[in-house]
Amino acid sequence: MQFFLEVLIGGLLSGVLYALVALGFVLIFKASGVFNFAQGAMVFFAALTFVGFQEVLPGWTGLEEGGSAVFWLAFALALVSMIILGILTEKIVLRPLVNQPHITLFMATIGLSYLIEGIAQGVWGANVRGLDLGIEDVPVEWLMESSNILVSKFDLVAAGIAGVLVASLALLFQYTKIGRALRAVADDHQAALSIGIPLQHIWVIVWGVAGFVALIAGMIWGARNGVQFALTYTALKALPVLILGGFTSVPGAIVGGLIIGASEKLAEVYVGPFVGGGIESWFPYVLALLFLLVRPEGLFGEKHIDRV
Amino acid sequence: MNTAPTSAASTASATAPYLSVNNVEVIYDHVILVLKGVSLQVPKGGIVALLGANGAGKSTTLKSISNLLRAERGDVTKGSIDFKGARIDQMTPNDLVKRGVIQVMEGRHCFGHLTIEENLLTGAYTRSCSRAEIKRSLDLVYTYFSRLKTRRSSQAGYTSGGEQQMCAIGRAIMANPEMVLLDEPSMGLAPQIVEEIFEIVKDLNSKEQVSFLLAEQNTMVALRYADFGYILENGRIVMEGEAKELATNEDVKEFYLGLGGEGRKSFREVKHYRRRKRWLS
Repeated sequence: MQFFLEVLIGGLLSGVLYALVALGFVLIFKASGVFNFAQGAMVFFAALTFVGFQEVLPGWTGLEEGGSAVFWLAFALALVSMIILGILTEKIVLRPLVNQPHITLFMATIGLSYLIEGIAQGVWGANVRGLDLGIEDVPVEWLMESSNILVSKFDLVAAGIAGVLVASLALLFQYTKIGRALRAVADDHQAALSIGIPLQHIWVIVWGVAGFVALIAGMIWGARNGVQFALTYTALKALPVLILGGFTSVPGAIVGGLIIGASEKLAEVYVGPFVGGGIESWFPYVLALLFLLVRPEGLFGEKHIDRV
Repeated sequence: MNTAPTSAASTASATAPYLSVNNVEVIYDHVILVLKGVSLQVPKGGIVALLGANGAGKSTTLKSISNLLRAERGDVTKGSIDFKGARIDQMTPNDLVKRGVIQVMEGRHCFGHLTIEENLLTGAYTRSCSRAEIKRSLDLVYTYFSRLKTRRSSQAGYTSGGEQQMCAIGRAIMANPEMVLLDEPSMGLAPQIVEEIFEIVKDLNSKEQVSFLLAEQNTMVALRYADFGYILENGRIVMEGEAKELATNEDVKEFYLGLGGEGRKSFREVKHYRRRKRWLS
């Protein structure tokens, strides 16, 4: 039982991290109906930019290396870079493609993902870098003492950050004027345009927020696995999360992430031995496939409304 | 019901043109010529009907005013559009809505996944005013469209066609407009609902001083509620006049109301007659 709990909690916490990546997809899909294939590249770009600034800033400014001043300055600069990236994406890629079929926009984001990866590596180099957030990856003591369950402190903090991020985004979408406008744009570009919602602003906001989410996700993933090209593939893990949770739902991304995280770890531990292990990497996709058969819009996705 | 429009029309004719479209040519995709020099005027406080068959260019005319054309790869290539003495043909829809010109698109285009009330609230996006003021506008819309109040918390996608049309008009009213471009409000609706909607439009016009330019295929209903009418054919205005005159005009009756005197004519004959007539006039 204790082992089961350990696996479950570990799975749920890593699920939160999947959810964080999935969240970036949901934001852009909700507001522009675009499945942004470049989200993985954005995560990579954000993490690399953050680490890059962390390396060069002490040299430029004379600040103490590894200090908190450098950390926050690098964070701010990386965030600004992500927002600029968002604005450029809107200006160069999305604006000329207003009212084009979704597949056109989707193809454009595939191209964009290569461009972003290339730029990131061109500017900062392709070396694998470590990223230290100053949170230790050690078991939480009180949990270990009270019930003898090992839970990583790092995972717990990361999950906490993701939780706060998601809650605030959900509130933003549901209750603010901007949030309402975002959902309106997601439903019908043209109608939103006709009532004077400036699509450009909305898209810049959405890509900016998605960039921010990518930065957080990139920093956490980067701290776990190192900042490297493989970060772009974490985005692929977000796909089953999205299918489970629904492409348009912020809470769906979270619940989907938790389910995927927990089930892949549990499957690895309990089913793995019977089939020779290595289940973890493909189990989520099988789950997603089964889900598509039963409930294609996902757990929390919006049903497609058709008038008959 | 008949006193209000005449008074509105007479005050309108006294003032200078409010919205004027001057010799506008519209080309889609750089090659498809849709409007071939359309000119029309809407007086302040008037209801003007833009009539014509499918593909005559009614929607395009409205979109060239509201500048939704750009998003459909259309462009105003000649002519000018003025509103209250200022040129508006290069402005973004966002600027135009702020200036008081808003279009209600053909086919309603409600935000299906938003509730009726949220739909209405998005209409106030461009306004930078207090919550109390927006609440007042919301109440105003609910007094005109009492059906919407009862459906306020249902998703717009699940409401009836009439309710969606009301929602779309209400949403535009939330922007506090002076001039509403109403595209085909009767589309796909039961005659009863069409009457209801036109009555509300007339009410909004006389009580809230909102001017309307409406594109309609339902000529008979449109001319009953409008003060003035233009008839569009193949991207050109072929006839214009007071709504009452148009409604009794023999040609209009024949071509647009289907009320020809001497039985049915074949399409070819009609087209021939029409073409000759246009050359002469």
